[in-house]
Amino acid sequence: MYVTIRDRPADGAGATAGKVSATVLLLGTVSLLTDVSSEMVASVLPLYLTAAVGLNPVAFGFLDGMYQGVSAFLRIAGGYAGDRGGQPKWVAVVGYGASAISRIAMLAATGFAAITAVVTADRLGKGLRTAPRDALIAEASDPAMLGRAFGVHRALDTVGAALGPLVAFALLWSVPGSYDSIFVVSFAFAVVGLAVLVLFVPNLRTAGATARIGLRNAVREIGRRGLRGPLLAAGMLGLLTVGDGFLYLTLQDRDDFAAVWFPLLYVGTNVAYLALAVPLGRLADRVGRARVLVAGHVALVVCYLLGAFPSGGIGSTVTVLLLLGVFYAATDGVLPALISRLAPARARGSAIAAAQTVVALARFASSLLFGLLWSVGGPASSLLLFAALLTAAIPVAAWMLRGAEVAR
Amino acid sequence: MSARVRAAVLAAVLIMALTGAAGYVWKVRADQAASLAAAPAVARGGDLATVRAAPHLVFRSTALGREYGRVAVVPLSDPGGARTFTPATCERVHATAVDAICLSADRGLVTTYQARLLGTDWAPVRDLPLTGIPSRARLSRDGALAATTTFVFGDSYANPGQFSTRTVVTRTGGEVIGDLEKFRLVVDGRTITAADRNLWGVTFAGGDTFYATAASGGKTWLVRGSLSARTVTALRGDVECPSLSPDGTRIAFKKHGDLPAGRWRLAVHDLRTGAETLLAETRSVDDQVEWLDDGTIVYGLPRQASGTASSDVWKVPADGAGAPELLIRDAWSPAVVRTALAEGNHP
Repeated sequence: MYVTIRDRPADGAGATAGKVSATVLLLGTVSLLTDVSSEMVASVLPLYLTAAVGLNPVAFGFLDGMYQGVSAFLRIAGGYAGDRGGQPKWVAVVGYGASAISRIAMLAATGFAAITAVVTADRLGKGLRTAPRDALIAEASDPAMLGRAFGVHRALDTVGAALGPLVAFALLWSVPGSYDSIFVVSFAFAVVGLAVLVLFVPNLRTAGATARIGLRNAVREIGRRGLRGPLLAAGMLGLLTVGDGFLYLTLQDRDDFAAVWFPLLYVGTNVAYLALAVPLGRLADRVGRARVLVAGHVALVVCYLLGAFPSGGIGSTVTVLLLLGVFYAATDGVLPALISRLAPARARGSAIAAAQTVVALARFASSLLFGLLWSVGGPASSLLLFAALLTAAIPVAAWMLRGAEVAR
Repeated sequence: MSARVRAAVLAAVLIMALTGAAGYVWKVRADQAASLAAAPAVARGGDLATVRAAPHLVFRSTALGREYGRVAVVPLSDPGGARTFTPATCERVHATAVDAICLSADRGLVTTYQARLLGTDWAPVRDLPLTGIPSRARLSRDGALAATTTFVFGDSYANPGQFSTRTVVTRTGGEVIGDLEKFRLVVDGRTITAADRNLWGVTFAGGDTFYATAASGGKTWLVRGSLSARTVTALRGDVECPSLSPDGTRIAFKKHGDLPAGRWRLAVHDLRTGAETLLAETRSVDDQVEWLDDGTIVYGLPRQASGTASSDVWKVPADGAGAPELLIRDAWSPAVVRTALAEGNHP
């Protein structure tokens, strides 16, 4: 990873050309620690529920979809609160804090309802912190380097997500059956992450602090011509994005390699994401964020086509996983980089939140739609249909985003 | 705050987090070692061959101590009494007089699972084909057929209730009969071709016939299947994990009804009249039950005791009367072996 700290950590704002701001690295560290903490718990949750609490994991999966919706709305609230107060840092602190507290609350939660409540608190915290954190990244970075800045942040975040399950299983190996140990260690990681955020991330005053942007103004800013096209394009592409879970299920359905390694399929995707987040972010800075965002969806079309192929094998499975990583690297950090340049500084957090929420809700709707198609026609024909629709949507999205490249 | 003060505060938080977490894990380790050392010795039963010669119960022993997870047997005449350990260690076990099927897991970064067929001496005879996480295993009464169900969960992100099973029936000689999900599923005279159909929880009825759970589009059914015709036909709705009574007239099962997600109630379905009887057990049971005799069923229930997960085997009358009773403490996955082979072939 090519990153150097050049500017003074004390103020952190405004990066020198060619380098990633210290604030971005600090926020990446916070995300890394927090992701170790949350993935530790997430990776053992199915085991914990079945082995220690005595529940059927299917019952848990059933409820998981609902948090996503609630989290999406809280994300908008978080983005707006950051803009309104002009202090996105403290909104992020509340979000990270809620997740940290939910770790230690797992010790006391025993029943299904209590565990559900604790997991929900964690998701709500995640929803609240995402947009103000991304607004901070945008505020602290050179506008010409936004793609790289978000790439660096997402790469650090993914390192945490990859380490979490390792730490959890090492713990379970050393103290068998002690899920409480996992919760305590997870809490420790979250607290250190929170401390880095509170102590070192500068409380960058965004333009909103002086503007005191009202709700109506924020809505009007988001609905402006410049933002409307990208939001609609992101929503349309999101509607045609099949959830990874479905792709993994398709893979395991057709070949035994994927079935045996099912629990680890996401690791393959994460590795590709981790390796490509920074290079694709830099590419986006050079050739245009909208272009990279749209091109990422071409990788997704190839995923669908490979997934729809009747016979698989290790080669095809690994290719699908890597292409999924390419897709995430080309979209996840690039979207806020694109949006934050289009929105006025006083509504930046709200605009990022709006874009991420549009994508999350569109993907949720897509999951429901795809699930329905899957149960009627099976995976292959559903994937082919989505591939055809996405192929048609990509040029349309490119046209809608034609004005989104800000002159540099 | 100056940079130095902030660095000092971070260092303090780091040290506190590190010592706190490490101290907690260390204490748990020490407590585990202490409770293992202090675990009351489990009463040891008589010689294995003698216990197995009479009707007996085979189960996974979850009593703390060195034998945690080992398969044990107790005579049906004194199930709560002393247990005799076998050499096998399994997460789930099902047994007949001549063989046993053992599901085991090697937990680790990549948890691997085995389904092994064990001979009369509890030594592995062969591995059964397995993909995914095994959840149910059953042998036919004559010990000639084995069924394993594995769950392959979907990533739960926004895919409510997504899951997928594979249920494979194998002759214990090694011949694979097939994946039940490839069998024809008939509900109300119509063939269901939906890709989301799943089958699990097989109970063999002797010869060619078996019962199982089929699911599609959020509904579950009790199905009767034919291995030779490769077809399963729905008998009624809302039935999971069926278990056929020894006299072949009734099916005990778990029923979801209008309970909250993840909860089930035990019930018995009479194959002759179609009547349903709710049992006196009101706690949620997520297990494929066994029949102790024609009037009683047995099942495992998890128990949370002093931080360690354990479980007990309970029994309840099959006619809806009476109350649940503790049958075997510190036990899981019961299998009832009534006698030697002769009684094995039921109508």
